[in-house]
Amino acid sequence: MSDLKLPIYFDYSATTPVDERVADVMKHYLTVDSHFGNPASRSHAFGWSADEAIDTARGQVAALVNCDPREIVWTSGATESDNLAIKGAAHFYKKNGKHIITCKTEHKAVLDTCRQLEREDYEVTYLDPEPNGLIDLNKLKAAMRDDTILVSIMHVNNEIGVIQDIEAIGELCRENKIIFHVDAAQSAGKVAIDLEKLKVDLMSFSAHKIYGPKGIGALYVRRKPRIRIEAQMHGGGHERGMRSGTLATHQIAGMGEAFRIAKEEMESENTRFLALRNRLYSGFKDMEEVYINGDMDHRIAGNLNISFNYVEGESLIMALKDIAVSSGSACTSASLEPSYVLRALGRSDELAHSSLRFTIGRYTTEQEIDYTIDLVKQAVAKLRDLSPLWDMFKDGIDLNSVEWAAH
Amino acid sequence: MPYMTGIYGNPSSVHRFGRLTRDALEQARTQVARLVGAETNQLVFTSGGTEANNLAIRGVLANLPVSRFTVSAIEHASLLAPAKSMSQQKWQLDMIPVNAQGQVDVDTLQPFINEDSKLVSIMAANNETGVLQDLKSLVSTAKAINSTVLFHSDACQMAGKQAINFAELNLDLMSLSSHKLYGPQGVGALVVSRSVDLAAQITGGGQERGYRSGTENLAALVGFGMAAELAASKLQQRQTHLLGLQQRLVEQLQEMQGVEVFSSQVPRLPNTVQFSVQGIDGETLLMQLDRKGFAVSSGSACDSGKTDPSHVLLAMSVPAQIARGAIRVSFGDQSKDEDVTQFIESLKSIRQQFN
Repeated sequence: MSDLKLPIYFDYSATTPVDERVADVMKHYLTVDSHFGNPASRSHAFGWSADEAIDTARGQVAALVNCDPREIVWTSGATESDNLAIKGAAHFYKKNGKHIITCKTEHKAVLDTCRQLEREDYEVTYLDPEPNGLIDLNKLKAAMRDDTILVSIMHVNNEIGVIQDIEAIGELCRENKIIFHVDAAQSAGKVAIDLEKLKVDLMSFSAHKIYGPKGIGALYVRRKPRIRIEAQMHGGGHERGMRSGTLATHQIAGMGEAFRIAKEEMESENTRFLALRNRLYSGFKDMEEVYINGDMDHRIAGNLNISFNYVEGESLIMALKDIAVSSGSACTSASLEPSYVLRALGRSDELAHSSLRFTIGRYTTEQEIDYTIDLVKQAVAKLRDLSPLWDMFKDGIDLNSVEWAAH
Repeated sequence: MPYMTGIYGNPSSVHRFGRLTRDALEQARTQVARLVGAETNQLVFTSGGTEANNLAIRGVLANLPVSRFTVSAIEHASLLAPAKSMSQQKWQLDMIPVNAQGQVDVDTLQPFINEDSKLVSIMAANNETGVLQDLKSLVSTAKAINSTVLFHSDACQMAGKQAINFAELNLDLMSLSSHKLYGPQGVGALVVSRSVDLAAQITGGGQERGYRSGTENLAALVGFGMAAELAASKLQQRQTHLLGLQQRLVEQLQEMQGVEVFSSQVPRLPNTVQFSVQGIDGETLLMQLDRKGFAVSSGSACDSGKTDPSHVLLAMSVPAQIARGAIRVSFGDQSKDEDVTQFIESLKSIRQQFN
C-alpha cells in the first residue's frame, strides 16, 4: 500500500477533477498565443476561431445525448440551466396554466426555483418518491391537471444515484401535452441518453460532474416540437436570445472535450465502476445495522449511499478524515441538516444523519476501496463502542419505545 | 491550472478537498475587492458582467415597490435589456441622455431624480468610446436629491484600467468582469453594499450568501483574483504605456482628413480610441483591416454581429451615417508603438483604395 495517496477522493458526484485531456484543450483557448478572441466578434480572425471551437463543442455535447447541436444553449452551469428551464418555460407558457409538478428529492436548483415560482402565484405539487427513491408513475399521472404546464424530474439523483424512468415519464407528459424538464447533471456521461427517442423537452447539463471545468453547463431546448422559453438573462442576444453574456470559450471547449471523452469511455468506465462499487458494498454488507439508501438496481454504477445506524454522522465524518465523502448533498452549502432526500424516502433523522455517500470515479482504484472498507469498519466499530444507544440496542431495548426525560 | 486537475473539490463540501477550494475562493474575493476598494463580503461572484448587470437591475427592483428608475442612454446591452424588461413590468424607466462628448452632465441628471427614484445606473467607462463619467459628482447629486436612491455603476470596462473605488464613490452596486482585465472569461462579480436588499435571480444551493446559487467556477475565479491583483500592481505602468499609444494614435488620426475621433475632449480609458472615416462603412473597413492583420471592432462585440449604428454614438447625436462608419481600437499590454504606425499606414492605404 506504499503508493496510496491520502486523503482518498470519494466525492465524484460533488465535483470531479478536470481530465488532463480536457485541461490541454482549455489551455489552447486561454493564453495570448492561442485562440482567446471573443466569439461574438464577427469581424476578425480572433473571433472566428473561438467561434469554431464553440461549434465543435456544441457538436460534442449534442453527440453524447443524440440531439441537434442547435438545441444546445450554453449556461454557467446546471443550476442556471435548471433556473432557466423552469422559470423560462413557466413564464412563457403561463397563459396555458400555472401548475408545475416536481419531486421532493430534486436538487435545490429545481426546488428553490419552484419555491420562487410559488411566490409568483404558480402552484407546485411536490411528489413523494417511493421508499426506494423512484417515482410511482400512477402517482405522477394522478397529479397531472388541465392547468399543468411543466413536469420537472431529475434523471439521476445526486445523493442516492437512483435512475428515474424518464422514458415512461416523457410518454406520460407528451400524452398530456405537458412540457417535461429533466435535470441530467448527474446522468450525462454515466447513463445513455438518446434525445431522439426520449420525449424530453428541456434537459440540464453540467461539465464539472464529468471531468470538465466548473462554471459551464448547457440547457437542451427541443426544436421539434418546438419548445419556447423566456430568457432570464438579457443583453447582447447570445445563444439565439435565450441566454446573453460573453461565452467563455475555454470553458465551452473544455465541456465539449469532457463530453466527447464520456461518449467514448462511458461503457468501459461503467463496467469498472460497478466492480469497484460492488467490492465496496461487499465490504460493508455483513456489518450489523447498515442500510442502503435508494434502489440498488436502478442506480448508476458509481454511487453507494449507506447509513450506519447508531453512529453519529458528524463524528463519523471526523473519524474518516482520510477519505473525502459526503453526508447529504454538497450543494446545500456545508449545511448540517439531515439530508432532505433521505428524509423524503422515509428515513429517520438518525439514519439520514449517519449516511455516507461514496461516489466512485475515473481515478478510483481497488486499493483505495480496500483501504476504505477497513477504515470505515474500524471507525464504525469504535464509535458504536462509545455509544450508549448501541449498548441499549445490543441489550435488546427498542429505542423507539424509550421515553426520554427532558433535562 | 492547479485548480482544474490538482485542487478540485467543490467549495461547498465539508472535507479537505472542499476546504482547500473554499480558501482559494476567499482569496480571490479578497484580491478582487482590493482592486476596487470594496469589502470582501460585498462581492457576489457571477458568471460575468452580463449576469452582474442583470442581477443588479432585476435583483434590486424585485424587492422594491414598483416606481421609477433611471439609466444612461449609453449603457451596455446587458444593462439596457433587463432595464427594458423591467419597464414592461410597470416600472417607469427614464433614459438619461449624454452630451456630444458622451458624458452625462450633472445638470442633465438632476431632473430625472425625485423622491420616487429607486435606482440610478450609469456606467463608469463606456465600452465603445472609452469615455469616463464623473461618477463622484453624479452619485452625490443623485443622493442629495433623494438619499435613499441606490446607485449602480457598470465598471466592467473600468476596473483594472483606471483606478476605481467603490467606497469612496459612495456607490451601492458595481458590476465587474474578469475577462476585460486579463482574467478568464465566464466570471464576474457584483459588488453590493449592505444598504441593498438584493433578490437572487439564480436559486438553489445558496452559494454566495444566497445571492447567486451554483457551484463556483473555481479555476476561473482564482484567475480573476490573480488578474485583479496583477492589475492593481501594474495599473500605473499599464496606464502610462497605454496613454502613450492612445496619444500617438489620436494625433495621427486627427492629421488625416475626414477622420473624426469621438469623445476626444473628455477623459477616456487609456486603451480605447473610437473614430470614423468619412466615406467608408465600418464593416468594410473592419474586413480590410482584418486582412491586414488588425483585429478591431465596430461598436460592441457583444451586440453579436448586428450592423445597426451604435446606440452610444447615436445618443451623442452623431449622425447615423457617420456612426455606421465607427471603428473602435482597443489596446492591450502587448500592443506596441510599431502597431500604431503600421495601423495608420494600413488605414491610409485602404483609404486610397476606396477613394
